[in-house]
Amino acid sequence: MNAFWILAPIMVLAALGLVLCRKAVHSALCLAVVMLGLAVLYAAQGAPFLFAVQVIVYTGAIMMLFLFVLMLVGVETADSLHETIRGQRAVSLVVTLLFGIVAIVGVAQAVTGAVSGFGNQPNVLGLAALLFGPYVLAFELTSALLITAALAAMVLAHRDRLSIRPTQAWLSQQRMRDFADTGKHPGNPPTPGVFARHNAVDTPALLPDGSPLEESISSTLIARGQGGSRTDAVRLEEDE
Amino acid sequence: MTDYLTLSLLLFTIGAAGVLIRRNAIVVFMCIELMLNATNLAFVTFSRQHGTLDGQVAAFFVMVVAAAEVVVGLAIIVSIYRTRRTTSVDDASLLKL
Amino acid sequence: MLDYTWLLVAIPLLSGLGLLVWGKESDAFGHLIGTAASAASFVVGAGAFIQLLTRPESERSFTKPLFTWISAGPFHVEMGYTFDQLSGLFVLLITGVGTLIHIYSIGYMAGDARRRRFFAYLNIFIAAMLTLVLATDYVVLFLGWEGVGLASYLLIGFWQHKDSAAQAATKAFVLNRVGDLGMALAIMTMFAHFGTTVVSDVNLSASMASTAVATALGLFLLLAACGKSAQVPLQAWLLDAMEGPTPVSALIHAATMVTAGVYLVVRSNGVFDASQTARTAVVIVGVVTLLVGAWIGCAKDDIKKALAGSTMSQIGYMMLAAGLGPVGYAFAIFHLLTHGFFKANLFLGAGSVMHAMDDDVDMRHYGALRTALPVTFVTFAFGYLAIIGVPPFAGFWSKDRIIEAAFGQSWWAGLGALIGAGITAFYMTRLMAMTFFSQQRWLDGVHPHESPRVMTWPLIALAGLSAFGGALAIGGWITDWLAPAVGEAVEHDLPVPAWAISIVVLAVVALGVALGFRRYEAQPVDADALTDREVSFFTRAGRHELYGNAFNDAVAVRPMRHTVRTLVYVDGAGLDAFVTGFADRLGDLANSLRRQQTGFVRSYALSMVVGAFVVLLSLLAVTFA
Repeated sequence: MNAFWILAPIMVLAALGLVLCRKAVHSALCLAVVMLGLAVLYAAQGAPFLFAVQVIVYTGAIMMLFLFVLMLVGVETADSLHETIRGQRAVSLVVTLLFGIVAIVGVAQAVTGAVSGFGNQPNVLGLAALLFGPYVLAFELTSALLITAALAAMVLAHRDRLSIRPTQAWLSQQRMRDFADTGKHPGNPPTPGVFARHNAVDTPALLPDGSPLEESISSTLIARGQGGSRTDAVRLEEDE
Repeated sequence: MTDYLTLSLLLFTIGAAGVLIRRNAIVVFMCIELMLNATNLAFVTFSRQHGTLDGQVAAFFVMVVAAAEVVVGLAIIVSIYRTRRTTSVDDASLLKL
Repeated sequence: MLDYTWLLVAIPLLSGLGLLVWGKESDAFGHLIGTAASAASFVVGAGAFIQLLTRPESERSFTKPLFTWISAGPFHVEMGYTFDQLSGLFVLLITGVGTLIHIYSIGYMAGDARRRRFFAYLNIFIAAMLTLVLATDYVVLFLGWEGVGLASYLLIGFWQHKDSAAQAATKAFVLNRVGDLGMALAIMTMFAHFGTTVVSDVNLSASMASTAVATALGLFLLLAACGKSAQVPLQAWLLDAMEGPTPVSALIHAATMVTAGVYLVVRSNGVFDASQTARTAVVIVGVVTLLVGAWIGCAKDDIKKALAGSTMSQIGYMMLAAGLGPVGYAFAIFHLLTHGFFKANLFLGAGSVMHAMDDDVDMRHYGALRTALPVTFVTFAFGYLAIIGVPPFAGFWSKDRIIEAAFGQSWWAGLGALIGAGITAFYMTRLMAMTFFSQQRWLDGVHPHESPRVMTWPLIALAGLSAFGGALAIGGWITDWLAPAVGEAVEHDLPVPAWAISIVVLAVVALGVALGFRRYEAQPVDADALTDREVSFFTRAGRHELYGNAFNDAVAVRPMRHTVRTLVYVDGAGLDAFVTGFADRLGDLANSLRRQQTGFVRSYALSMVVGAFVVLLSLLAVTFA
C-alpha cells in the first residue's frame, strides 16, 4: 500500500516529464524512472518474476537501446515548441482528457469484490507451468519473432559501402596527393601544447616564432568557443 | 485495486497525449513504450484480482513483443535518419494526396 | 396503252435512279438516256390520251389499281392511277414540255461536269410529278407532292458549291414544308371524317358533309397549294429558286411543279364546291398574289427573277379562276396549259440570252440583242405577246376568260385581275425593251452569239405552242373536255357583255405596253441601277419583294431561332449542368475528403484516439445501459 502511494505520484510526474521535456535524453531518463517504479509495483503485487524481467529487459535493455539510438541520431535535436499542425495540440489535449476521464471513471470502477491473491503458489513455477503448457505455441512464436526482429534490425541498419574501403596504404597516398594539391599538412596534426603549468587540451601549441597553432586544438573545442588564444600562451610565458 | 487501475489508465492517457503532441520520433516511441507498460500494470493487477497467473503470462509476452518492436522500430528510425537527416515524424508525410 | 400508263412513271423513275447508280461511266451518254426516257413517257402519255379521245364521254375516266400500298386496319391506300381528262392534259404538258426542256438542257448544260446527274434529277422530277397528277388517292398524290419537292430541292441546289444556291434550295424546301403541313392535315381530316382518302370518294363525301368540315378541308388544301405554288403567304421561295439552272426554272418553277397547287384545288373541286368560305379564301389569295407578283416583276433587274415574279402573278390568275368555282375550273386549267407553253418559252429564251451574255442575269447589261440573237428574239417575242394577252396568241384566250369570270363573281376580283393584266403588260414590255431593244449596254469582253440548234429548236417548238395554244379553246373544246372531271361550267351573269370586257382588257394592256415602251425604249436605260434611296417607294418595295422575307424573318425565323437558343441554353445550363453539376459536386466532395489525408502521422494518431474514445464510450454504454 505504501509502496504504491509513494511511487504513484513519482511515476505520474515522471510520465508527465517524459511527455513535456524538451530534450530527448531527459525524456528517456524519465521513462526509466517510470519503468523502475512499475517494476516495484509488480513486486508489490506478487509478481517477482516480472519485477526482475522488467528491470533487466525493459529498463536494462530497451531503455539502453533508446539511449544508444539517441546518441546516434543526435542529442542536440530538440523539439521546437511551435506546433505545425493546426489545432493538433488543442484537440489532442481535449480528447485525451476526455478519454482519461471516461476511462478512469468507467473502467477503473469495473473491478469489484475481494482480491484473490496468489496464496502460497510459487510464482516462477506457476509461470513456467503456464508458459510450457497452454501457452507453449505463443511462446514458440514469440521466440521466432525475436529472431526475426534481430535479423530485421541487421538488414535495416545495414549500409552498403558506396566507396572503396580505404586501406592504410591508400590513406597515406591520399595524404600525399592532398599535400601536392592544396598544401595540406600530410603528417599527424600537431598535439596541443601542454605546459607544465597548464595541463589542458585547450592550450594551443606554439610555432617556433611563438605564434599559436590553431590545428593543434580539437575542432570540437573551437566550435564550442573553448579554444585557447595566443594571449594566454604569451601570458603564460611571461609568467615564467 | 481501483488505484492500480487508475494509475495504469492515467499512465496510458499520458502516453497517448505524448504520441499526439511530440514530434521527435524517438520520444514518440518512448511514449508508446509507456502505454505498453501501463497495460502491463493492468494485466498484473487483474491477475492478482483473479488469482490466476494468466495475466502475468500476458504481461510477459507483451514485454517480449515490445522488445522486438523496439528493435525494429529503432532500426527504421536510424535508417530514416541516415537518409533524411531528420527525426521529426512530420517530415515523413509523403503518403498524402 | 391506257393499261400501261404506269410506264409513264416507271420509265423516268428507273432512268433517273439508274443514271444515279450507274455513275461516271454513263457521263458520256447519260443526257441522252434521260431525254429518251422523257420522250418515251411522252409517247406513252400521248398514246393514252389519244385512246381517251376515242372513247365516249362517259368512259373517259380510267382507273387502274396496281397494288395495295398501305393496309392498316381501316386505313387502306391503293397504289394505282387514274387517267382522266384532267390528268391527261397534265400528262401531255409535263411530258411534252418536259421533253423539250430535256433537249434544251443537252445544250445548256453541255459544259457542266455533273450533267448526267442533272438529267437524273430531271427524270426523277418527271416521275414524281406524273405520280402526283395520276394519283387516285390523296396519299399517293402526297407521295408525288413530296417527290417534286425533293426534286426541286436537288435541282435548285444543283450548283452545290454556291452558298446562295444551297440556301435557296433549303428555303424552298422549308417553305414547302409549311404547305405540306396543310396537306397532311387535309389527309387526316379526310380520313377522320370520310374514312377514305380516295379522290373521287372524298369529293363525293365533301358534298354531303357539313360546311365546317368542307371549309376546314378546303383551307388545309389551300395552304398546301400556297406552299407548292408560291402563293402569298408562302411565296418567298420562288424568287430565290432562280439560283437553279435555267431549264430547272423553266420546267419546275414555271410550267409544272408550281402548278401542282392549282391542280390540287381543281382536283378537289367537290370540296371547294361545298364551302363558300374556302372558295373566297382561294380567290383572295389569287388576287393578292397576282398583284404582288406583278409588283415584284416590275422592280427586278435580274431577268430570271422578273420572270419568276411573273410566274407568281400568273399562278395567282389560275388560283383566282379556280376559286371561282365550276365556272372557273376549266379556265384555270386552260391558263395553266398556255402558261406552261409561254412561260417555258420565256424562261428558255432567257436562258439562251444568258448563255450569250456569259451567264450574266442583269438586264442592265443587256440591250439591243435582237440583231445578235435573232431566233431567240423572235421566239421570245411570241412568248411576250402570249403573256400580255394579245390576240390571237394563247395567253389572250385564257386570261381573258378568267378576267370575265372574275367580274362575274365580284367587282373587286375583276378589277384586281384587270389591273394585274395592265401591270403584266408593263413589266413584260420593260423586260423586252431592256433586253432586246434600248441601247447596247454590254460589258467588256461580251460577244453575244446565237445558241446552238439543240437549244433553239425547243424554243421554236414552244413559240409555236404559245402562238397556237389558244386553239384548245376553239368551240369551247377545253371546257367541254374537262366538264366531266371538274363539273359543268355554269354560265355566269356579267355586268357588261363579254366583248366589252375584252376591249377594256386590251385597252389596259395597250396602256401598260405604252408606258413600258415610253420609259424603257424611248428613254435611255441606266447601265447601273439606282440605289434604294433614289428610287420611289414602289420600286424599293418591289426590289425587296414587298418585304416578304423580312416578314418571314420577323414572324417565323427570329422567334424560332430565339426559342432554339433558349432551349439550347436550358439544356446546357439546366440539364447538362444538373448532370455535370452532379459529377462536379461529387468531385468537390471527394476533394474535400481528400484533405483528410494529410500525410501526418500525428493527425492519423489523433483520429485513432478519437475512435478509441468512441469505442470506449459505446462499450461502456452497452455494459451499463
